[in-house]
Amino acid sequence: MRAVSFVTSFDGPTKAIAVAMLLLLAVGGAYYHQFLSPMYLMQQLQNGAFLGIVAAGAMMVILLGHIDLSVPWTITASATLATALVGTSPEALVSERGLVAGLGAGLLIGLINGLGVAYLRIPSMIWTLVTNNIILGVCVFYSGFYALRSQPSPVMSALGAGQLFGIPCAVLVWFAVSAAIVFLLRRSRTGRYIYAVGTHEPAAYLSGIDTRKVIVFAFVVAGLCSAIAGMLLTGYAGQSYQRMGDPYLLPGIAAVVLGGSSLFGGRGSYSGTVAGVLLITLISSMLSIMQAPEAAKQICYGVVIILMVGLYSRAAPAN
Amino acid sequence: MTAFLDIHLRRNNRALLAWLVLGGLLVYFLHIHPRGASIGVLSAWANQGTALAFLAVGQTIVVMSRGVDLSIGPIMALTNCLASHLVNGGPLELAFGIAIVVLAGAVCGAINGIVVVVGKIQPIIATLATGAIYSGFALIIRPIPGGSIDETLSELTTGDLAGILPSSIVVLLVLVCLFWLPVSKASLGRSIVAVGSSEQAAYMSGLKVDRAKIAAYTLGGIFASFSGLFIGFQTLSGDPSIGLPYTLNSIAAVVIGGTALTGGAGSVLGSIAGALILRTIGSLIFFTGLPPLAQPLFEGTVLLVAVAFGATRLLRINNRLEVFQ
Repeated sequence: MRAVSFVTSFDGPTKAIAVAMLLLLAVGGAYYHQFLSPMYLMQQLQNGAFLGIVAAGAMMVILLGHIDLSVPWTITASATLATALVGTSPEALVSERGLVAGLGAGLLIGLINGLGVAYLRIPSMIWTLVTNNIILGVCVFYSGFYALRSQPSPVMSALGAGQLFGIPCAVLVWFAVSAAIVFLLRRSRTGRYIYAVGTHEPAAYLSGIDTRKVIVFAFVVAGLCSAIAGMLLTGYAGQSYQRMGDPYLLPGIAAVVLGGSSLFGGRGSYSGTVAGVLLITLISSMLSIMQAPEAAKQICYGVVIILMVGLYSRAAPAN
Repeated sequence: MTAFLDIHLRRNNRALLAWLVLGGLLVYFLHIHPRGASIGVLSAWANQGTALAFLAVGQTIVVMSRGVDLSIGPIMALTNCLASHLVNGGPLELAFGIAIVVLAGAVCGAINGIVVVVGKIQPIIATLATGAIYSGFALIIRPIPGGSIDETLSELTTGDLAGILPSSIVVLLVLVCLFWLPVSKASLGRSIVAVGSSEQAAYMSGLKVDRAKIAAYTLGGIFASFSGLFIGFQTLSGDPSIGLPYTLNSIAAVVIGGTALTGGAGSVLGSIAGALILRTIGSLIFFTGLPPLAQPLFEGTVLLVAVAFGATRLLRINNRLEVFQ
């Protein structure tokens, strides 16, 4: 396998987003000087870390030509379970069973998603919609419409809200997750299989790949990523709450698609996904600072997606 | 002829099943309802499901063309907010208001179609983006819930017809007959289904693929505007955030109604049954004394069972490769 240099891995969409972000920062910075301050930019990375980890998981599934709509309640359920086990008085070490259980919940949900899509052959859009509804049902039945009073474990608090050498720990976790995903996609056999299955599953199957295991694996990674984001969010907010995962589903998918991945599968680079996350985070934060009303944010968000994605697909050769 | 009948039955047996399930649920619902089977109870039941049924019809048309419309809830909210400004006053103003609202829905749908066709963007992401834009406009038109809608029209559409039929169901069926039936019988409707079945084959056969897609999304928008109007008649106001849960529910209704998300076939009537099933389950839980907190779990389980039917296909395949279709 040919080694791919870091520089050439920046493809068209990544460059387009980089240009768009520099433009935004330059124009925005001319009016509001705080846009260019290191503190502001670091805060953006902290905000982007949660979305970035969700998008990393979403990308694994999208590369297969599937989609994971269970993100909102995977985040909420893993966080609710974790804080419920920690209870109201977190202790060192003992409370970390909450963290482990939360991550385990993410793994389990990912496994169920993967089994339904790979073995029962139910379209992922429907199957993950159903699992999302079922998890919602279990959570509501278990905890009522309001989350129980509970707290994150010490490690969750440290990772979600703490800093190391001036860098938010959540960003470091995002780096770690990114490194693992990049290694997986570029250096491992499974990564190659993921692209192969996403390109044309029957061909991958006939070449001897157990495509069903690949699909299950990708969904498990996606579930785990959602759970990690849930743990960090809980640590950041100091609690778990109902609907805490809702704002991450569509922006997560949008970030992956903005980064140039095709929803049909088989095409996409991780650098594009990171760029997409940064662009979405930057746009929403700039609009907040300019005190744009919610309506303007929504419209802006929609227009950016249509323009950028339209640009890519019209530039790409027709297949 | 028998071959045709066979295809027709195979294509619609799941829609038929949905209607049978709905019938059973409805009988049980009327049986346990404290006020028993009366036209008042029946109308209230129908009113609960009609808005979702309109959306499910629109969603079905888009799904048949192998698309999906995630902006259908936002279009409903946008038209609902428009209606809370425009559907008031004398008969002429009312007619004008309704026309504008439906036109707005059609324009939103057409924009979806154009973005999908001209921008060559996958339907999920295209309608996700346009949905954000429509939600934004709904918030601009009506930042907080409010406004007013003509009460006479509200009573006409949410009451009953001569004490026999819930008028909401009648309105639903009449509008489906007016706006979808003629199209489905014409070459345009055939093109929509053909494009969903195989876009390349449709193109090779000389069908106007782009026009069919745009038409499917436009019809989706029109039915979303009916839904927005009907919600307005129910609540007598406009609410910019009302569409949120409706988008995914409309897809669930389509699936329960037996239409495959892979396009190329589908039953509008099945989706209506799917929407009514979803709403009837909600009402049933309220009256059976199940804890209300169990309602989302129960609804999820019903959806699971409906979806699991799709997996029975695996039992019929002869060649391992067919698994991947």
